[in-house]
Amino acid sequence: MALRVNGTEHVLTVDTRTTLLDALRERLGLTGTKKGCDRGQCGACTILVDGRRITGCLALAVAHQGASIVTIEGLADGDELHPLQAAFVEHDALQCGYCTPGQICSAVAMLDEARRGWPSAVTEDLAVTDIVLDDDEIRERMSGNLCRCAAYVNIVAAVREQAAA
Amino acid sequence: MRPFRYERARDAAAAVELVSREPGAAFLAGGTNLVDLMKLDVERPDLLVDVTQVTSDRIERLPDGGVRIGAAVRNGDLAADRTIRERYPALSQALLSGATYQLRNLATTGGNLMQRTRCVYFQDVAKPCNKRTPGAGCAARDGYHRGLAVLGHSPSCVATQPSDMAVALAAFDATVRVQGRGGAREIALTDLHRLPGDEPQRDTVLERGELIVAVDLPALPIAARSRYRKVRDRASYAFALVSVAAAIDVDGEGAVRDVRIALGGVAHKPWRATLAEQALRGGEATEESFARAADAELSRAQPLPDNAFKVTLARDVIVRTLLDLVEQP
Repeated sequence: MALRVNGTEHVLTVDTRTTLLDALRERLGLTGTKKGCDRGQCGACTILVDGRRITGCLALAVAHQGASIVTIEGLADGDELHPLQAAFVEHDALQCGYCTPGQICSAVAMLDEARRGWPSAVTEDLAVTDIVLDDDEIRERMSGNLCRCAAYVNIVAAVREQAAA
Repeated sequence: MRPFRYERARDAAAAVELVSREPGAAFLAGGTNLVDLMKLDVERPDLLVDVTQVTSDRIERLPDGGVRIGAAVRNGDLAADRTIRERYPALSQALLSGATYQLRNLATTGGNLMQRTRCVYFQDVAKPCNKRTPGAGCAARDGYHRGLAVLGHSPSCVATQPSDMAVALAAFDATVRVQGRGGAREIALTDLHRLPGDEPQRDTVLERGELIVAVDLPALPIAARSRYRKVRDRASYAFALVSVAAAIDVDGEGAVRDVRIALGGVAHKPWRATLAEQALRGGEATEESFARAADAELSRAQPLPDNAFKVTLARDVIVRTLLDLVEQP
């Protein structure tokens, strides 16, 4: 099967049981994407597939043949960090760092969803398509990414800065 | 996870044929529940037939004013759709209150309806569960059942259907379009899921190999003024203890012209509150009458020792949701 990961085409043979997460980590050596719960509950394995954030642990690789994937390794432009990566550093938005790749990939897609006018569970008026990302909105939209160190306050600050940028 | 074969069907008919003829075959859509259950060894398919490419991923307006949602429409897209947000806001709210953006970007309309219960005993192969192994017994009835059913359960099963989306669809008289070996049929959404009775292994009325191809919403003006309220143990990313999808139309005299109420988190199926609706139609739109109607519905409840709170909670959530609707400008 073929996968396009961070702009590079890869052809690989996988067992049907292989998830996208395991294909990335074990077959392609892209270990930036982390395995936390492996059950879709923690968000550590969040990657962008055809521009959308998903949990790679519940996506079977064979079901995503030909997909275009972006992982944490694909966000920076050479030595130039992606603005959200820089914001996480600037705001000290992590402690152990294990959830961070998932948090950042999730935030990249989240800002894009908001730009496209996607509502959230805390959006008062569903008719509004000009989404204002206040702290409640950011927290709700990032609720699929757990941080056991509870760096949430600084994660929200980093994302808020980029939402306003 | 046990080994399995994977096939991508050419079209819906081919997918139906593949799953119909092989007892160990299952349809794969987003996989958010199925792949998880395969990791837990709860689901053990020999063959997965991928149906994400064989049903529509479009949301279309129907000539009669209704809306057709393709089975492959992702939950995230459905929640964000302008038509759904304007004309059926409780459906959008229900979707947004379930799971996370990551999961909703994978999960499909058809798959959402077919998700299994999150009863902890169902998901643990070391525990007895009649739904997983008919005749094995139910560990939940005398065990951890705080989140389980208070309505329509049976001695063999007290599981709840966990979908938020289905609750809003039940309130709005949605129809499920199904394709099987013998042709197509339509099933009212409220008839899709079963009560457990003595066959809790059957979540729905679908026969082996039948595939959901679309869900139709009728043109339903009352739905434009609707709301979904969900109560759960934490503010986000948790299944409902109790949820309510409701819509109400009140005339100039303060009388209820029409009303729709469905409950989630309380039964083996999305629970259309027909008794409460009957009690309200033609009556006054007041807090007292809302409470009486809720009580009428919940008079059928048979709570278990640790989930009796759900009856009070459901009553309060019905009343609050209807009040919100009549008080909103």
